[in-house]
Amino acid sequence: MYPDDRRYSKEHEWIKMEGDRGTVGITDFAQRQLGDVVYVELPELGAKFKAGEVFGTIESVKAVSDLFCPVGGEVVEVNQDVVSSPEQVNKDPHGKSWLMVIRVDGATELGKLLTASQYQEFIEKEGSD
Amino acid sequence: MVDFAGWEMPVDYGAVVAEHLAVRTAAGLFDVSHMGELLFEGAGSLSLLQRLTPNDVSRLAVGQAQYSAFTTPRGCFVDDLILYRLGDSSYLAIVNAANVEKDLDWVESHRRGEGEVNDVSDDYALIALQGPRAQEILGSLTPVSLAGLKYYSFVTGDVAGQEATICRTGYTGEDGFELLIPSEGAEKIWRRVLEEGGPLGLRPAGLGARDTLRLEAKMALYGNDIDEQHTALEADLAWMVKLDKGDFIGRNALARQAEEGVSRKLVGFEMVDRGIARNGHPVLLGGQTVGPVTSGSFAPYLKKSIGLSYLPPSAWSPGSEIEVDIRGRRAKARVVPTPFYKRNKVLSGAGSSTTIH
Repeated sequence: MYPDDRRYSKEHEWIKMEGDRGTVGITDFAQRQLGDVVYVELPELGAKFKAGEVFGTIESVKAVSDLFCPVGGEVVEVNQDVVSSPEQVNKDPHGKSWLMVIRVDGATELGKLLTASQYQEFIEKEGSD
Repeated sequence: MVDFAGWEMPVDYGAVVAEHLAVRTAAGLFDVSHMGELLFEGAGSLSLLQRLTPNDVSRLAVGQAQYSAFTTPRGCFVDDLILYRLGDSSYLAIVNAANVEKDLDWVESHRRGEGEVNDVSDDYALIALQGPRAQEILGSLTPVSLAGLKYYSFVTGDVAGQEATICRTGYTGEDGFELLIPSEGAEKIWRRVLEEGGPLGLRPAGLGARDTLRLEAKMALYGNDIDEQHTALEADLAWMVKLDKGDFIGRNALARQAEEGVSRKLVGFEMVDRGIARNGHPVLLGGQTVGPVTSGSFAPYLKKSIGLSYLPPSAWSPGSEIEVDIRGRRAKARVVPTPFYKRNKVLSGAGSSTTIH
């Protein structure tokens, strides 16, 4: 379910590294919790965020959620397809419905994120609360 | 599931948007048994209800219903309701779940020995079957002739072997029915409607879709759009206020306001900038805050963000520019005609004239 090629945050974002660039999205668990996504707000190119900072907003019909940057970095790409078709986030949250790409400047922070199996364990606990 | 006035209610059955669209294009089935039912019986019920409500109860024939309210002396809302005339001096008011006790206290404190009022909420389940295919689906489960049942009329008959009162009413902006069912028969009717309706595109629908559907149709929600601080005229419900019917609680205040004109009115807007206006977000006119969004949401059928707010006269005409403060960001919006959504009426055979008594 949760691919091994990336790391996960407890706020339900994932980041997949290629060189110093990290692609960021929300997890399948998050999209299921939200329900039908109808609005996504993403940052401007060049915006800089520290780990844990809010980089955008995602809304379903009934809920508003902040998006938290899993590691620090500068935004180098945003996915305009999910801005114009937010419902895509429900369909392929780990694939083509990524949200943004950042140039990561806090590579050491990556180690603090969860692996796929740790994240799986984390949401099983959260889901049973 | 969420707790709603003490009831465990599903917000959705998996997908708010799909449920909403099913109601607009086929049919949806809602369990709204949480709604309260107050039964007025006996001599004097008519005069009691005439005093408590702004609509003209004397115009109701047995088998007809009307939208109305319990109004305060200032012409504001203790609650809004649908009043059904069951018999010569027997009326049923369907009221909001959260207000049942408050309503009963209000009624009792204004009753001068007329008739008798009882909370019969626990005796009934209420199921709403809504959508363009509602008549076709219900028709397969009842011998009652539905084509002749007019909007805001009702009839008691057999549905799936159970007794039910079938009312051509709803809270979605679509054609449809609300079924008032003695509690023990409700589960069977629910199941049979799902079985018959499933192949025709019917889906069970939850509170989430109910809220977005009623907002698209600009139907007020108590606690959001109407309350004890806004009058029936300010809520743009002048059509249900019958000032010439005789005295009622709030009449003087409403008559004065009708003469002087209201200084704020519930109007609809849609977002121009990106963003979703939500309940409570401040609305600005000419840079000044004029009040909160009373209901705001993404509208799944219209595919845009819409909302309601009480605005001053200078902002009433469609096209007026306002702003909504969405978590610190000022986003442009414009006033639009309401209802936001109006269904295309089928002219032949539906029998659903739009007369509201």
